[in-house]
Amino acid sequence: MTEPHAALAAQPADHPPHLAHHFDTLRQQFEAGKLGMWLFLVTEILFFGGLFCAYAVYRAIHPEIFVFAHHYLDKNLGAVNTAVLIFSSLTMAWAVRCAQLNQRRGLVACLAVTLVCAGVFLGVKYVEYSQKWQHGLLWAGWFKPVDEPGDPANAPSGEHGEQPRDVGIFFSIYFLMTGLHGLHVVGGMGVIAWILVLAARGRFSSQYYAPVDFTALYWHLVDLIWIFLFPLLYLIGP
Amino acid sequence: MSQTAAGALTPESADGSGPPADNYLTHAHGVRSWLFTLDHKRIAVMYLVGILGSFVLGGVFALLVRTELIRPGPTIMSKDMYNHMFTLHGAVMIFLFIIPGIPAVLGNFALPLLVGAKDVAFPRLNLASLWLWMIGAVFFVVTLHVGGLDTGWTFYTPYSTETPSAVIPAALGAFVLGFSSIFTGINFIATIHKLRAPGMTWFKMPLFCWALYATAIIQVLATPVLGITILLLAAERVLEVGIFNPKWGGDPVLFQHFFWFYSHPAVYIMILPGMGVISEVVAVFSRKHIFGYRFIAYSSVAIAVWGFLVWGHHMFTSGMTPLAAMIFSALTFSVSIPSAIKVFNWLATMYKGSISLATPMCYALAFLFLFGIGGLTGLFLGTLSTDVHLHDTYFVVAHFHYVMFGGAMIAFLAGLHYWWPKITGRRYAERWGQLGALLTFLGVNLTFFPQFILGSRGMPRRYYDYAGLLDRHPDFQQLHVLSSIGAYLTAVAITVVLGTLIHSVFRGRPAPANPWGGATLEWQCASPPPYDNFASTPTAGDPYAVDEFEYDPAIDGYVRRSAPNPPGPCPVPSHD
Repeated sequence: MTEPHAALAAQPADHPPHLAHHFDTLRQQFEAGKLGMWLFLVTEILFFGGLFCAYAVYRAIHPEIFVFAHHYLDKNLGAVNTAVLIFSSLTMAWAVRCAQLNQRRGLVACLAVTLVCAGVFLGVKYVEYSQKWQHGLLWAGWFKPVDEPGDPANAPSGEHGEQPRDVGIFFSIYFLMTGLHGLHVVGGMGVIAWILVLAARGRFSSQYYAPVDFTALYWHLVDLIWIFLFPLLYLIGP
Repeated sequence: MSQTAAGALTPESADGSGPPADNYLTHAHGVRSWLFTLDHKRIAVMYLVGILGSFVLGGVFALLVRTELIRPGPTIMSKDMYNHMFTLHGAVMIFLFIIPGIPAVLGNFALPLLVGAKDVAFPRLNLASLWLWMIGAVFFVVTLHVGGLDTGWTFYTPYSTETPSAVIPAALGAFVLGFSSIFTGINFIATIHKLRAPGMTWFKMPLFCWALYATAIIQVLATPVLGITILLLAAERVLEVGIFNPKWGGDPVLFQHFFWFYSHPAVYIMILPGMGVISEVVAVFSRKHIFGYRFIAYSSVAIAVWGFLVWGHHMFTSGMTPLAAMIFSALTFSVSIPSAIKVFNWLATMYKGSISLATPMCYALAFLFLFGIGGLTGLFLGTLSTDVHLHDTYFVVAHFHYVMFGGAMIAFLAGLHYWWPKITGRRYAERWGQLGALLTFLGVNLTFFPQFILGSRGMPRRYYDYAGLLDRHPDFQQLHVLSSIGAYLTAVAITVVLGTLIHSVFRGRPAPANPWGGATLEWQCASPPPYDNFASTPTAGDPYAVDEFEYDPAIDGYVRRSAPNPPGPCPVPSHD
């Protein structure tokens, strides 16, 4: 064996309770965790990337489908959800700051507000989905629009010109992208709830707040993906 | 979890004369201490058992396929069964064996030791990766029981959306295995960035680490795309989303693009870590510093990046603009440059070296030969005009197997024999190891070389029967027989290899700490390593300063020269 490296011959007694045995310092552990989290977010981006790619391909080949079909989506509800998610990102960032400053009550409050916002987002999404379900505006194989004259959600058929072929593919992409995003919101809610319980027990401090920080990174990504989804799906053309 | 605190380590024997009483294998007992371990070495051993099991299963499927083809017409199975057999051979070998093969077994075991760390960065994630692998394997077993799979391992639409066979369990299995692979990749990148020992700069890392790093980049960037592709395929079957179905305006060729965007980089997941193993083995068994360190290191990263830009060469006949085909062809040719750089550097390392034909080196030499053939025949397939002729023939099958069996699998065996004394603390019988290497080399050539001839003369791949071709090509019969005999010879070879290794676990002599004279850090700890790897964090020097070690017959291993070169980090030669 080589002689022990003087600076790093860490005694087990020096190990703080949150420091895993294979790290030398809390800083090294935090940086490794943060790198791992960023790598995970990269995989998430590529995971969604496949759907964004499918969106780009079909919008390039069939722009008329996207222009026609996007009128069926409720821009107001989409805008409300965008605002709700951006606000939840603010409270999540605030939660990290509270953890860094040892403010346990503030941390719990911020996490709770974030959780409520996520719930509101999913509630609005439920309203949107159920409207689509009622009108038969589903993905390609199940696309059977119900003709109800006078219904604003179903009006565009005459107003925006003839219905192009294969409109269902827009709703396939809509449901796949928002559905996968919704699953990520649900997953995020689970993690935030878990962090909330730990925070209420006083597990985090300015010395150890990595889980809050990493959860916040994930939550910002979920927010960011929605910020792309909203204009791409709801705000197409005239 | 179940391990005790690592305070009471038995220091490894200073002279490396025998295994320490307290090592990672004996540190804790019971099934739970294995299944819930966070120790990278135990996880690697469990991966090894699972992966070799998958290899044997996939090999049995291959033998059944080759037996069916030994003569025209039905031989031992029905047409449908044949489709299932070649599909399952491919799917099991690719997803269960060769993708996790080197990274999850040899990488998991060696990487923390090579960089002088106590574990990978995220031990729980590492355990989760193993568990996901096991869940994925269960999905494949379920697939076998609920109707099999007959789509080919590529799951091409539109057939895969219509066949009654069990596409969804198999696809979910591949999805879960993808996450297993991603977790390994994340772990390795973070480990290499954050856990290197003091003194180990990027360019003092062993080249196996560079190869694992490049592999991990691909695992992290490519695998999620396979994940979403598989989810879309499942959604296509269950919900009829139409993304890949022309009936609703979708495009089956889009599936091929998505699939190969993962699966072409994935062949570099399979071969890159193997190249890393060969870099270690060639230097140590030539008793020479590796030649062209930086070129080998950079070429790994170059392959990882370039590998993302060539997927279209799988689809030259699927319908693509001539411009796109030309660009993909040119990029395909250029990706062979970094591979060739590695081969020339290995040859230059051996030049005027003191080469010993220990078993790992026998495999490394076999690798150079077989990978050379596999790589060069890839150029025929990257050429647009010849690919139209060779596409979907046995030429592709032979090319692929020369690279995958002759390259990745042979490199896996090289690495397995190289680190076996470290993993088990036992030495295998050298003569039997060499015999296994020789038989494997002969078997692979006998199996796949006739397939080049078959393919170039027009034998299509995946055919159940070739009776109709025999009128014009009567010698196809002999070539198929030769290939099948080669497959049986390979099976014998693998039996010898596994028998030798298993025998050594029970009857092998104890291994010294440094049986080969390697200068990388893993040879500084005992064989097998203690639970915590290093009692104190080691300091890294030049990983290829193999001439600092000399053979000591008393322990049948290598020790540092008593009058060493000037202490401290050795200068890395700057000639490269």
